[in-house]
Amino acid sequence: MHIVVCVKQVPDSREIRIDPNTNTLVRQGVPAIVNYYDLHGLEEALRFKDEQGAEVTVISMGPPSADKALKQCVSMGADRAILISDRAFAGADTLATSYVVSKTVEKVAQEFGPVDVVFCGKQTLDGDTGQVGPGVACRLDYEQLTYVEKVVEINDQAKTITVHRHLEDGVEVVKTKMPVLITALSELNKPRRASLPGVINASRYKPIVWTTNDFADLDRAKIGLKGSPTIVSKTWVPEPRKIDTKMIASGEAAAIASELVAALWSTELPTRLGW
Amino acid sequence: MAEQQNDKRGAGKVQPVPEQDFSDYAGLMVIVEQRAGVAKKVSWQLLGEAKRMADKINAPVYALVMGHNVRHLADEAISRGADKVYLCDSPVLEQYRTRPYSRVSLDVIRTYKPEIVLVGATYTGRDLAGAIATHLPTGLTADCTQLDVDENRVLHASRPAFSEKMLATILCKQYKPQMATARPGVFLELAADSTRKGEVVSVSSPMSEAEVVTEVLDFLELTDRINMEDHEVIVAGGKGLGNAEGFKLLQELADALGGVVGASRAVVDMKWIDHDHQVGQTGSTVRAKLYFAIGISGAVQHVVGMQNCDVIVAINNDPEAPIFKVSHYGIVGDLYNVVPAIIKAVKEKRGLPFAANTANG
Ligand SMILES: Cc1cc2nc3c(=O)[nH]c(=O)nc-3n(C[C@H](O)[C@H](O)[C@H](O)COP(=O)(O)OP(=O)(O)OC[C@H]3O[C@@H](n4cnc5c(N)ncnc54)[C@H](O)[C@@H]3O)c2cc1C
Ligand SMILES: Nc1ncnc2c1ncn2[C@@H]1O[C@H](COP(=O)(O)O)[C@@H](O)[C@H]1O
Repeated sequence: MHIVVCVKQVPDSREIRIDPNTNTLVRQGVPAIVNYYDLHGLEEALRFKDEQGAEVTVISMGPPSADKALKQCVSMGADRAILISDRAFAGADTLATSYVVSKTVEKVAQEFGPVDVVFCGKQTLDGDTGQVGPGVACRLDYEQLTYVEKVVEINDQAKTITVHRHLEDGVEVVKTKMPVLITALSELNKPRRASLPGVINASRYKPIVWTTNDFADLDRAKIGLKGSPTIVSKTWVPEPRKIDTKMIASGEAAAIASELVAALWSTELPTRLGW
Repeated sequence: MAEQQNDKRGAGKVQPVPEQDFSDYAGLMVIVEQRAGVAKKVSWQLLGEAKRMADKINAPVYALVMGHNVRHLADEAISRGADKVYLCDSPVLEQYRTRPYSRVSLDVIRTYKPEIVLVGATYTGRDLAGAIATHLPTGLTADCTQLDVDENRVLHASRPAFSEKMLATILCKQYKPQMATARPGVFLELAADSTRKGEVVSVSSPMSEAEVVTEVLDFLELTDRINMEDHEVIVAGGKGLGNAEGFKLLQELADALGGVVGASRAVVDMKWIDHDHQVGQTGSTVRAKLYFAIGISGAVQHVVGMQNCDVIVAINNDPEAPIFKVSHYGIVGDLYNVVPAIIKAVKEKRGLPFAANTANG
């Protein structure tokens, strides 16, 4: 069993502020982290490795500094980490990213053995689309199971997998054949902390780095900015809606309540809501 | 038009595309999502928005309805603004699965060439849209909250970025169709009008059951899994409640108003209430007719999810709380003092019975 986990190093978007004077993003000092959901994919792969044995390869497309994210994955227990890094990949949208990631999975399969399961996160904190997972699955012609909150069974003999998919109104129990791409929700598990030997191992580990030249058949028209159909035409900070707030005078609770009720009943609400 | 069918797994590997001429692409298409013959609200919301844009550029509105025994949804789509509905009614589409649904969508899009394709940003919609856009291939903008089209028929798809701190407008000029998924609860549906006329075109499914390897074994409906977007009155509580018990009081107010209970993320994180109730950036975007924010400070991540409600009432003991800036009515006071009085006043006004033991009565 060979499992590939796709991870992305992202700025911790919670820490990003807007400069009120220039209305631009302040990225300085914002820590880079492994995308939160991707760690849930990794944890699921590692659990399977612990229970039934598997080889876990982690891949990431990003700048050289993303090797830190990969080392973190190795410290948790991944067997191998590959950084796909090249200036030519810069500016990729989800279509171009899924192309490079899928090419990487193919190459990983050629060099290190056939892949049974690929994990992606539900979405990234920065791109925030959840489109790369389905994109990779389509390009590899794998079955895709998105928004998985529980892996019920992986049958390595029959090469089948059964999961719970999270939907707005319930849970879908779905069974499919490998190879399969799964996108992970945080409900899936609780990612482990790295063990001390893991940390020591990772500190010595050097991720494999692949550039465009390492791929035999990469179509240059499909990567980076050139391979990206979408363009950001503008960004702006939304104006808050202008509202005249009517403050209801403080005083006795009963007086406040009847004033509010009178105010609500003077609008169209009671008719529109059928009160 | 039809895809190469040399791969029995279905949609097949993504094929390289030759340089294409897109001049014959026209119209806006909405992919209608349904479960067991009931359409998701977001489908009609997107049809309403598509119609608004179509009128601007004088273009037709199409709906794509897929499922089994879903003919009635084609008629409903017409009543909600579609000029033409492509209907694929087949047993293989009984339950949503990526491959058969994306195969039908790809066939319809490649044959009838809509210029813009909109899909609800639900779990299923995002799963499907991601697959379709990759196969076409074309650009796909996720989770839009504003849509517009210009005189050159370019879709301006805007979406929140960086934890809702900014909005970004994304264009896809070189490929067609231009695709976007859009959030439920943001756009306005047209009232159903059964006198509207439209055409229904039946299409067949290119895949048969034997070719589909994925099986849906079961669907566990979670009746307590609540869809905040579906409700017209929401009584939301935050950390100011002090403890999980506080939600009982809010439930009582919600019951009196015929609504449901919502929450800020702070209280979801503390497990006082389930995540399905969360309103905001990482929860639901709601457009209720009446929204109470009780003991909620009004952090931007919460506000983005509720600011478009028709009437907003805030109750907070801190007169400086930012929530007041987005509220129509503000009450400064202790919620445990004010809320029971409001429950009483509402029940009196509506002539509802009083429980024997009203909390903090
Ligand atoms: C990436 C990211 C995503 C997020 N997504 C969301 C989201 O989707 N939804 C969301 O809600 N938040 C979200 N947040 C969190 C958000 O930033 C706030 O932390 C959160 O909304 C605060 O919740 P609160 O208002 O309940 O708590 P607090 O900010 O602690 O406010 C409690 C309020 O209650 C008032 N209060 C206290 N006691 C009483 C009383 N007795 N009577 C009346 N008032 C009282 C206080 O004055 C205060 O204003 C997100 C944050 C991040 C970083
Ligand atoms: N540059 C990347 N390298 C590796 N995996 C990625 C990359 N970008 C996205 N992914 C994977 O795709 C998932 C969805 O990303 P997104 O579509 O950007 O929300 C992430 O959680 C990752 O698992």
